[in-house]
Amino acid sequence: MIDIKNLYVSIKENDILHGVNLKIHQGKIIALMGPNGSGKSTLSHVLMGHPDYKIEKGEILFDKKNLLSWPVHKRARQGLFLAFQYPYEIPGVSVWQFLQSSLQAIEGNKFSQANFVKRLQTIMKDLHFSENFLDRGLNEGFSGGEKKRMEILQMRLLQPKIAILDETDSGLDIDALKLVAANVRKMVGSKLGVLVITHYQRLLSYLQPDEVHVMYQGKIVKSGGRELVKQLERNGYSWIKPQNA
Amino acid sequence: MVKKNLYINQNKYTFRDKHKSIFKSDKGLSKGIIKKISQEKNEPAWMLNVRLRAYAIFLKKQMPDWGVDLSKIDFDDLYYYIKPTVQAGASWDDVPKKIKNTFERLGVPQAERKFLAGVGAQYESEMIYHNLKDKWAKQGVVFEDMSTAAIKYPELVKKYFTKVVPMDDNKFSALNTAAWSGGSFIYIPKGVKVELPLQAYFRINTAGMGQFERTLIIADEDSEVHYIEGCTAPTYSRDSLHTAVVELVALPNSHIRYTTIQNWSQNVYNLVTKRAVAETGALVEWVDGNLGSKSTMKYPCVILKGEGAQADVLSIAFAGDGQYQDTGCKIIHLAPNTKSKVVSKSISKGNGRASYRGLVMIDKRAKNSQVKVECDALLLDEESRSDTYPVMKVDNDNVVVEHEASVSKINEEQLYYLQSRGLTQDEAVRLIITGYLDIFAKELPMEYAVELNRLIELEMEGNMG
Repeated sequence: MIDIKNLYVSIKENDILHGVNLKIHQGKIIALMGPNGSGKSTLSHVLMGHPDYKIEKGEILFDKKNLLSWPVHKRARQGLFLAFQYPYEIPGVSVWQFLQSSLQAIEGNKFSQANFVKRLQTIMKDLHFSENFLDRGLNEGFSGGEKKRMEILQMRLLQPKIAILDETDSGLDIDALKLVAANVRKMVGSKLGVLVITHYQRLLSYLQPDEVHVMYQGKIVKSGGRELVKQLERNGYSWIKPQNA
Repeated sequence: MVKKNLYINQNKYTFRDKHKSIFKSDKGLSKGIIKKISQEKNEPAWMLNVRLRAYAIFLKKQMPDWGVDLSKIDFDDLYYYIKPTVQAGASWDDVPKKIKNTFERLGVPQAERKFLAGVGAQYESEMIYHNLKDKWAKQGVVFEDMSTAAIKYPELVKKYFTKVVPMDDNKFSALNTAAWSGGSFIYIPKGVKVELPLQAYFRINTAGMGQFERTLIIADEDSEVHYIEGCTAPTYSRDSLHTAVVELVALPNSHIRYTTIQNWSQNVYNLVTKRAVAETGALVEWVDGNLGSKSTMKYPCVILKGEGAQADVLSIAFAGDGQYQDTGCKIIHLAPNTKSKVVSKSISKGNGRASYRGLVMIDKRAKNSQVKVECDALLLDEESRSDTYPVMKVDNDNVVVEHEASVSKINEEQLYYLQSRGLTQDEAVRLIITGYLDIFAKELPMEYAVELNRLIELEMEGNMG
């Protein structure tokens, strides 16, 4: 479980998060919504350990351990995964080479080549990737949708305990969206905890989150169940703002 | 933001051995020493004359006043000729034990068994081993050390020696022509395609040694050959000098590929002149990897002399702390419909400096020619440095010339992305470099690509904090 307690974060002297409290349980899907610039992506990068952010106050516990004291790679090795909103291209590094290095890093001594190949084949099929993607440079020349599916492929392969999906739905058509949702649900069934950041109802209607939280100006200002998604879709964020202005 | 505390680990290559040579010239170069070298080799008189003429030119020629700092080279403080053994063995068993151990530690005979058509090994000034598999010998392929070739194949040697790289081309080509010893001579008869690479391995073992190997490759019409050379030396406090001259003659419709993986220790000045002449329809490829040495000046050249001839140059340079790699290439288009492609990639780390120096010349006769030059530099630190000096001289309007250059730093966001997938910063940097050099690794035979990756891992090994 990830437990975020009273978190204050700044970047280049600008305060972004002002006392965020949030828990992400394994086996549950938590949705985080909110207008642009409210601090949702900041929260995802703080969790993953992006070096540009400064923690002013508060703590984040990952299975009761101090997550903030770990370097990025250790967070990944402990079972945290971030599906990037804008995945980076690594020219010349093939998808195959990248996935293998990554799984080796995560699994350490337990890594088995045969197991890797077998699992990868299944996952590629599930996510509708043809085998020739393995020889391509990572994300090099991929369409927006392919990049997002590649993120989900990595999540399936690396089998984290907690995954953050940062606007994974943007740039996906309906079929891809369903595919992604099905793959996420499959993993939640086997104890993955998910924090899904999105602007839209669509992905959430497939994912059926257990909780919905709304972030505004660096704070969680509203929490509830799925009914909150419908309210936001109908009324936008303006009705939330006044009570916290 | 990225702090790197990388160090060089070349232990596999930098060990020394205690072999005693059978002849070692006094320090410095003189007419007397040149005569002695020639005598030791039982050379024909014409070769001694060539040497003495070159020596006179060497004395007169100015040092290059551009590129790397050569002012610390003391020509009088070097050994010009060290003969390690009586003669080159054609059997590995004939090689003296201590030298054999050296090459066995470097993995040379194992490599030969597995994937080479033939191997030559040079230790100090002489080739101590040369072997060509029977299959190729029977088809008339010649793979000899240069000294033997001068005696056994005087007609061929006389016809081409110093014809591709004139002795007065530069001070170091003159020096090599005067003091040369060792190197390979290869002749591929008409129509013979040698499918497996021929390899030469060069080793300097003595401190303050000058190695002046001389290589001449002649690919007759419609033939094909791939030659690979690898170079290493132990680390001494005194500098050594490696001054080679390589001449390639690609006769009509032949194909020569020449691959170098240079990993000299960081007290070796590597000043090499390499040039090829490509006749009608011939293809010459230089694949040049410079990882080691203190300073390198090397600009493989192709003269596209015949119609439709092609040149393909792929070079990588890795300049670590204290290293200066001044590399590039020269392409001279003299005939119509000639094509050249140059890809140069450099990596600079610490205070290392990598420069690309390129010349492309298109003569007025070279109509319908095409040139494509691409140079990329990757800087690993704030203080590392890269320069590009491209020169194009185009005397024909009817040609296509493309030039692209890029300088990049390791992108923090890419590192973060890879780290978020469990790789340490160090592993992430290595993976990015592997990707950057991908095009080079793809051009090497599989075993070399693996070796190259391993070398780069060694170069990059270290803690990053």
